[in-house]
Amino acid sequence: MNQKSNFLKGFIRENPVFVLVLGMCPTLGVSSSAINGLGMGLATTFVLLMSNLIISLIKNFIPDKVRIPAFIVVIATFVTIVDLVMAAYAPGLHAQLGIFIPLIVVNCIVLGRAEAFASRNNALSSVIDGFGMGLGFAFALTLLGSVREMLGSGSIFGMKFIPANADGILIFILAPGAFITLGFLIAIINQLSKPAKS
Amino acid sequence: MEYILLIISAILVNNIVLTQFLGICPFLGVSTRISTSLGMGAAVIFVMALATLVTFLINQYILVPLNIAFLQTISYILVIAALVQMVEIILKKVSPPLYQALGLYLPLITTNCAVLGVAIMVIKRNFNLVESVLFAISMAIGFSLALVIFASIREQLEINDVPKGMKGVPIALITAGLLSLAFMGFAGLVK
Repeated sequence: MNQKSNFLKGFIRENPVFVLVLGMCPTLGVSSSAINGLGMGLATTFVLLMSNLIISLIKNFIPDKVRIPAFIVVIATFVTIVDLVMAAYAPGLHAQLGIFIPLIVVNCIVLGRAEAFASRNNALSSVIDGFGMGLGFAFALTLLGSVREMLGSGSIFGMKFIPANADGILIFILAPGAFITLGFLIAIINQLSKPAKS
Repeated sequence: MEYILLIISAILVNNIVLTQFLGICPFLGVSTRISTSLGMGAAVIFVMALATLVTFLINQYILVPLNIAFLQTISYILVIAALVQMVEIILKKVSPPLYQALGLYLPLITTNCAVLGVAIMVIKRNFNLVESVLFAISMAIGFSLALVIFASIREQLEINDVPKGMKGVPIALITAGLLSLAFMGFAGLVK
C-alpha cells in the first residue's frame, strides 16, 4: 500500500467512526458543538500519532505476552501529556471536554491502531496511519458537531446564523440528539457507499 | 436519604449510557440478546464496584500523599487491567460456574470506558469511600438496566423490516436515541 492511500483510508474507506464504528463514547459525548468535536479530534490525533510512532519503534523490544499493557502505558503517557497541556493552555476547552480527555486512553481506535498497525509496520507508515486515522476521527467529530450545533443552537463554530432571539432545536445538543444524529449520518453514508461496493 | 437520592440519581437521572455516553461500545456490541446482556451487566457491576474501591484507595493513600495525582490516568488503567485479569484467574479457581457465566465478558471490560470513567468521576466529585462504592454500584446497575432494555428492543427489531441503509448500527443508534429521550423524563426526579 502506498503512503498516500495509507493516509487517506482514515477519511472515508476506513473512517473510524462512520465505517469501523469505534470510539463511540467521545464521539457522542463531546460532539454538541463543532469546536468541541474538533478539539477532541485533534487531541486524539496527537495521541494516535505519538503512540503509533513510539510503539512502532519499540515493538521489537516488547515481549509478546505483555504487549497490550506496554501499549497502554505508552498511550496513557501521551494522554496525560495532552491532559496537562490542555489544562494549562486551553482551560475552557479542557473544562468542556472534561472526563473524555483521560478517557482517550480507553478509546478503542488508539489501542486498535497500535495492535493492528503500529506493532507490525515501520515508524513512517505508522505515523502516517496514525495521522490519517486521527484526522478521519477529527473529521467525523467535527461533522457530527457541526450538524448538531446547526440544528441545536442555530450556529456554526459559535457564529449564530438564525435571529438572535430565536432558539435552536434544543434536543439536538442534548443526549438523545447525539444518538439520533449519528444514526442518520451513518445511514446516509451506508446508503451512498452501497452502490460503489456492488 | 442522601444515599437513596444518590442511588436513584445514578441509575435513572444520570444514566451512565444514555446521558453520560460511557460504555457505548459494549452497549452496542453485546446487546443483541437479553441473556448475554444480563451476563455482561452482572460482570460490570462486579468489576466496577471492585475497581472503584481499589482506585479510590490508591488515590487516597498513594497518589495524593506522594503528590503525584497527575499519574491518575496511567495508574488507574493499569490497576483496572490487572484487576480484571486477577478476577478472571480467581474466579476460574474458586467458582467455575460463576466463571462460566461471567468469564466471557471479563476481558471486554478492561476497555469499557465506563469503569475508568466512574473511577475518575468519584475523585472529581470528592465522594467518600462509602459514597464512591455506592455510586459505582448504582452506575453499573444503570448500565445493566439500559443494556437489558436495549437488548429486548433489539430482539423485537430483528423481525421488523428496516430500510436498507438503516440496517445494523444506524437503527441501533436511533433506538438508543429514543431510549435516551425516554430517560430524560426522569430529569427533575432528583434535584
